[in-house]
Amino acid sequence: MSETFDLKTTTVRAINEHLHGLAPDATGVYEILNPNGSHNIAVGVDAPVEINIRGHAGYFTAGMNKQARVTVYGNVGWSVAENMMSGRVHVKGFASQCAGASGHGGLLVIDGDASSRCGISMKGIDIVVGGSIGHMSAFMAQAGRLVVLGDAGKGLGDSLYEAVIYVRGKIHGLGADARVEDLSEEDRTQIGELLEQAGLSARPAEFTRVASARTLYHWNPTSPQVSVL
Amino acid sequence: MKQMLTLEESANYNRKILNYIHQASETGVYDIRGLGAKRRVPSLDDLVFLTASLSRYPLEGYREKCVTKTVLGTRFAKKPIELEMPITIAGMSFGSLSANVKEALGRAATHMGISTTTGDGGMTPEERNSSKTLVYQCLPSRYGFNPDDVRKADAIEIVVGQGAKPGGGGMLLGLKVSERVARMRTLPPGIDQRSACRHPDWTGPDDLTIKIQELREITDWKVPIYIKFGATRVREDVKLAIKAGADVIVVDGMQGGTAATQEVFIEHAGIPTLPAIRLAVEALEEMDMLGKVQLVVSGGIRTGADVAKALALGADAVAIGQGVLMSLGCNTPHYIDADGRPVDVTEEYQALGTAPGYCHHCQTGLCPVGVTTQHPVLEQRMQPEWGARRLINYLTTLKMELTTIARACGKSNVHHLEREDLVALTVEAAAMAKRPLAGTNWIPGA
Ligand code: SF4
Repeated sequence: MSETFDLKTTTVRAINEHLHGLAPDATGVYEILNPNGSHNIAVGVDAPVEINIRGHAGYFTAGMNKQARVTVYGNVGWSVAENMMSGRVHVKGFASQCAGASGHGGLLVIDGDASSRCGISMKGIDIVVGGSIGHMSAFMAQAGRLVVLGDAGKGLGDSLYEAVIYVRGKIHGLGADARVEDLSEEDRTQIGELLEQAGLSARPAEFTRVASARTLYHWNPTSPQVSVL
Repeated sequence: MKQMLTLEESANYNRKILNYIHQASETGVYDIRGLGAKRRVPSLDDLVFLTASLSRYPLEGYREKCVTKTVLGTRFAKKPIELEMPITIAGMSFGSLSANVKEALGRAATHMGISTTTGDGGMTPEERNSSKTLVYQCLPSRYGFNPDDVRKADAIEIVVGQGAKPGGGGMLLGLKVSERVARMRTLPPGIDQRSACRHPDWTGPDDLTIKIQELREITDWKVPIYIKFGATRVREDVKLAIKAGADVIVVDGMQGGTAATQEVFIEHAGIPTLPAIRLAVEALEEMDMLGKVQLVVSGGIRTGADVAKALALGADAVAIGQGVLMSLGCNTPHYIDADGRPVDVTEEYQALGTAPGYCHHCQTGLCPVGVTTQHPVLEQRMQPEWGARRLINYLTTLKMELTTIARACGKSNVHHLEREDLVALTVEAAAMAKRPLAGTNWIPGA
């Protein structure tokens, strides 16, 4: 089944309302034409459908996505796939700030560059960026993997928790408590798998692993941390 | 001859400050603690009602009808929140509170026809199941935040900040991060959890406008969107929140509580609730939004008189956090065991370095009365049924006091209480609330 929505003649509200009415196991292909930078397209979808956005989209595209496979044939504004739970969001162009912010699961692929704070606060999402990422990316990232084929801006991985970052290009500066670690065999396997899922190719061995040094895990490192639990 | 002792305490370097300097010198770290500002600040206590006499006509004590029904979120939401009285339970996290406490809050709120609020740690089934009306907080940390719970919520509260720590993020020390709390927050158990102070996916008010639209889209424009912030630049913040599209604005004054924050924040950041209410109401008036966007105030609301004064100053409802915890036993010398007997825990307070009546040690996770804890033994000390009963009594008392005052002011609806019903007892309160000093028509600065 395939349906087409043209944002020249309908509204984001009408599209979202329709998508929210789908059964959790609904399938089908939804084409969205003339997005023209509209915000909040396909937010809160919870069905394994395919959604193709044919053009540039605005803020929060595919926000809080569950299950759906969303492809944007253009660029996106801030916070694409924010708080995504599952499914896949693929941006064929570039992404603005906060791509994949607080994502809990699923895969976000950005073929071009992603601006600052890519993967901020990520909580289990995997993000693969074909180009470079801006400053303060993966800030306070808790879980998940961020793979960057290009360069990373300043302050990478500031205040990281358990998320892991792999960068192939130049890292312009690490944030507080982030450190470069040796790339293990397991890392290489994971990078290879993620690249394959993203449809991008690069040699896993060329990546640098960045993870938390875990020195900020206790606010007062001098006090005894006695767990009573 | 015996030397005379000269015991002259310094006002600048009193025992509290000496103790602070000594402790800082010993440890090299600041203090983190729970609850809210402890020092005296101008407050609602500094206002009194001009109840009826010859020039006003009162209603009969507890008998005549006095409406308390309150509706929040009438601006854009298809389903505004309807409360039986203008009180809501403030957002407090599962993590800082036990699941038992969350359940007690839900049960009592449901019984009283009011709403309760999640906190920084996501929504637990215990609180969703026990709360008829539940406000789901969207916090900077986004711990446990997910679309399924967004869709289950009766309202969404975007938390920009908190009165106890405006501009600061939260802390949940490792002692309270149990396996369940850690799982809900996607973090390793036992580590100190720092909740972010900035939202991850928007920064300024222009982005917030689109964020609100996103949440409205996800919820199909059904539920109200609240915006909560700590009271600092209240006039500007209220206006920006209105502009961004809020249905309800929650302003939390500096007396507002926390489970764990740097003491320097608790006592030195933000402004008291008293001037915050006035500033918020003025901003609503200047935007012609009074009554269209509802105002909820919090931060040190403890009594029915506080509720009545907040309403008279222009609030639509209040949110209560610390008062609720105290109702559940916080700072009492004992807890009640399964047989209904009080069990003295003074020694456990002592082990925390405090005593009943003085405790603000929620950050330890070792709450002697089982309120702010994840400890499997301690959390059993506050059973949901007992707690709900206590809280229902407390809320009922607040409602009785509120309506009694309203009737004495001649109002058949608590929302008819007005500024004109209040005067100030101190020059500071007169200036902050813009009410005349009692016995004069003087409003400093007016
Ligand atoms: S008694 Fe419990 S809830 Fe109250 S201040 Fe102490 S630790 Fe916190």
